[in-house]
Amino acid sequence: MDTNPRDDFNLMIAGEAGQGLATFGELVVKALVRSGYYIVVTQSYHSRIRGGHNTFAVRLSTEPISTSRDALDLLVAMNSDGVRLHHDELAEDGIALADEKLDAEGARLVKVPFGDLAPGKFANTAGLGVVAALIGLDQALVDDLVQEQFGKKHPETADSNRTALENGYAWGREHLPRAGKRVKPATRSSTPRLALNGNQAIALGALSAGVRFVSFYPMTPSTSIPLTLIAAADKMGVAFEQAEDEIAAINMAIGASFTGAPAMVATSGGGFALMVEGISLAAMTETPVVIAVAQRPGPATGLPTRTEQGDLELVLHAGHGEFPRALYAPGSVEQCFHLTREAFLTAEASQGPVFILTDQFLADSFRAVDPLEVEGLETVPVPVDAQPVALPYRRYEVTDSGVSPRLLPGFSEHLVQADSDEHDEQGHITEDHGVRIAQVDKRLRKLDVIQERVIPPDASGDPNPDLLLVCWGSAKGAVEDAAAQMRAQGHSVGTLHFSQVWPLVPEQFVPALEGAKRVICCEGNAMGQFARLIRRETGFHIADTVLRYDGLPLTPEYILERCCTT
Amino acid sequence: MPTIDDFGSFETAWCPGCGNFQLLEAVKQALVASNIAPHEVLFVSGIGQAAKAPQYLNCNYFNGLHGRGLPVATGAKLANPALRVIYESGDGCTYGEGGNHFLAAARRNIGITALVHDNRVYGLTKGQASPTSQQGFETKAQPHGVFSQPFNAVQVAVAMRAGFVGRGFTGHTDHLADLIAQAIAHPGFALVDIFQPCPSFNKLNNYAWFKNNTYMLGDEHNPDDWEAAMKLASAMDEQIPLGVIFRNDRPAFESQFATADGKPHFTKQVETAALREVMGKYA
Repeated sequence: MDTNPRDDFNLMIAGEAGQGLATFGELVVKALVRSGYYIVVTQSYHSRIRGGHNTFAVRLSTEPISTSRDALDLLVAMNSDGVRLHHDELAEDGIALADEKLDAEGARLVKVPFGDLAPGKFANTAGLGVVAALIGLDQALVDDLVQEQFGKKHPETADSNRTALENGYAWGREHLPRAGKRVKPATRSSTPRLALNGNQAIALGALSAGVRFVSFYPMTPSTSIPLTLIAAADKMGVAFEQAEDEIAAINMAIGASFTGAPAMVATSGGGFALMVEGISLAAMTETPVVIAVAQRPGPATGLPTRTEQGDLELVLHAGHGEFPRALYAPGSVEQCFHLTREAFLTAEASQGPVFILTDQFLADSFRAVDPLEVEGLETVPVPVDAQPVALPYRRYEVTDSGVSPRLLPGFSEHLVQADSDEHDEQGHITEDHGVRIAQVDKRLRKLDVIQERVIPPDASGDPNPDLLLVCWGSAKGAVEDAAAQMRAQGHSVGTLHFSQVWPLVPEQFVPALEGAKRVICCEGNAMGQFARLIRRETGFHIADTVLRYDGLPLTPEYILERCCTT
Repeated sequence: MPTIDDFGSFETAWCPGCGNFQLLEAVKQALVASNIAPHEVLFVSGIGQAAKAPQYLNCNYFNGLHGRGLPVATGAKLANPALRVIYESGDGCTYGEGGNHFLAAARRNIGITALVHDNRVYGLTKGQASPTSQQGFETKAQPHGVFSQPFNAVQVAVAMRAGFVGRGFTGHTDHLADLIAQAIAHPGFALVDIFQPCPSFNKLNNYAWFKNNTYMLGDEHNPDDWEAAMKLASAMDEQIPLGVIFRNDRPAFESQFATADGKPHFTKQVETAALREVMGKYA
């Protein structure tokens, strides 16, 4: 057994809802990121506020990482189920920690006398100290963090938290085997990284692009997008409302956008299903709107707190009638930020609905993100100044590009008239068949506007490989890691990740598909929706798939196991 | 000063004898009386014969989906609180398909003037019951007569303490125009439920019926008195009051998003210093 400090370490906190597990986990995350580690968080929780079994797993590394690992170096069990359910996931030299009062047994289980270290209320802080000691984090850094977290709201707890942390840290140094010697110390970056999950990055991307309106109906796992925006709303000048239902949410966003505010909604499958008529309205009235769909397993209520990539076909086809759209599918937290910006710009450029497809895994997955540049970023060009327009002003003037001059109501004497009925150039209802054809053609010409901006898929690994792994959205990290592991074993493997899944531009990727000896599409759904979409659009049949639909994210281990047998 | 002619004159899709014609005239009179020029107002509507009304006015308009006009109007008002927003649609669109949005708009007290054409029948789909149809009203879809209790929108709005609740009748155009002007002047959610005969599909509640079963409220009613308003609003079939039923000065919902200079947020640059500060919280 190699006992030298390693680059990589994998820990899991397991317990039931109501034990403060997520708060504990987020403190660990911040402490690690401030210490200079890269992280990937995988959260798994039941749809309830108390009880159930929840886990918060953090893989940390001194090197950049993009996916989780299965084997645990440290298990922090907050209840006896935590030990029972996860003990067999421990690596060869992994250890488990549990309160000495818990009824739990197992090899390499270290019982911690939490009762001696801190009063019950501060047990989690003591636990943080124990974990920090094991990893070898700087105690002062963790102490600052704890004071920041609790000091503002509860200054009276400052001393108790400090003592609990000190006691936990000291106990850990003394009693844990190889405390502080399991992981290599990380280099603290001169410009501190951010600890961000996918949803927070979507919200920050929206703010940087100039979002001014958000409406939503709460739905896991999308809710933290609007909540992040609302927390910043007063500072950033964003109007918001928790709507009475998702139908209201999408229609409010359309109304706000028509009036001039770059607008977005966020929801998940069932809520999105309610928004579908509104999507069609945005298309017909040519109103820019950004819709973030955080996928979870369906049909119906499905597994409300788990992950899946099962709504690609829903979002691709949502809305009656024919109209252009763009679908982005970020594969990392950084892409959540950048593609949300792109979504806002594309929505304005094409005057219609644009989608961001994420999922519970990425939504809740914290990562260490290099500081995001905010200077000189392009923002949505809101047409506040009445541009010179041909008179009389016609909102739906037929143009070569299909994009008509957009003015805002009340900002000039020109009247802005929009209709969900088929309409003439002015915006008046019509049933004239010639006008109908002209307006349909005009709207569909905007597909070129979207197509010109399409982000090509990202290739990595060997060119013309024996095996090409194709994926989209949040599967990126797991697939690229699996491919790297296969290459390390001497295999010729490449990957192709799509961060935009519509429209598809075949020239951008068909040569890569044809250049590989074998192609496997890896997706978090049961029907291989993306593989089917590629076949429909290009004729290229990806016969092999690695699919996961048990509610958990794709992992390198899962992919490797199946690549070798399919 | 705007004039009636500024709002134009259009060929309509309405049946001869429809109450909508007087309603359209009353809206124009109210806009002129309120000194609002065509480009200074946004009309938002849903779908139905009533919802076509903004098409017959020179104005900014957004003609949305059936039932979904109020959320569009709400988003517009939140994005630009200085913009005057008038919602106009029928009883089916507003109280049926859009019922949840009606409740929410009244609760929010969002600064929208809601003009609801209430003819107690579906016109565009040719004569089915509406949420306000009288019990016993026979149609092809309700051959045994309407069974359900009619929706009392005025009383619900009063119960939710909407900012302004009034009822008008197209048979009294000047009174109606004045009522609409008062609603426009009110800063919160202002509902005007407007009786409007449908000569094609509602032979029960015709012009004479509305005339015989309504009366003008006088000074004896104090619209600031919520309990009196609830009582008055309970009348549905006879002795139905016309005028201002209820009024209060609850703050308008959009006031929480008002800017110091009155210009909407979207007219301003994204502040990078503020954005940097927001991001700093995640370090």
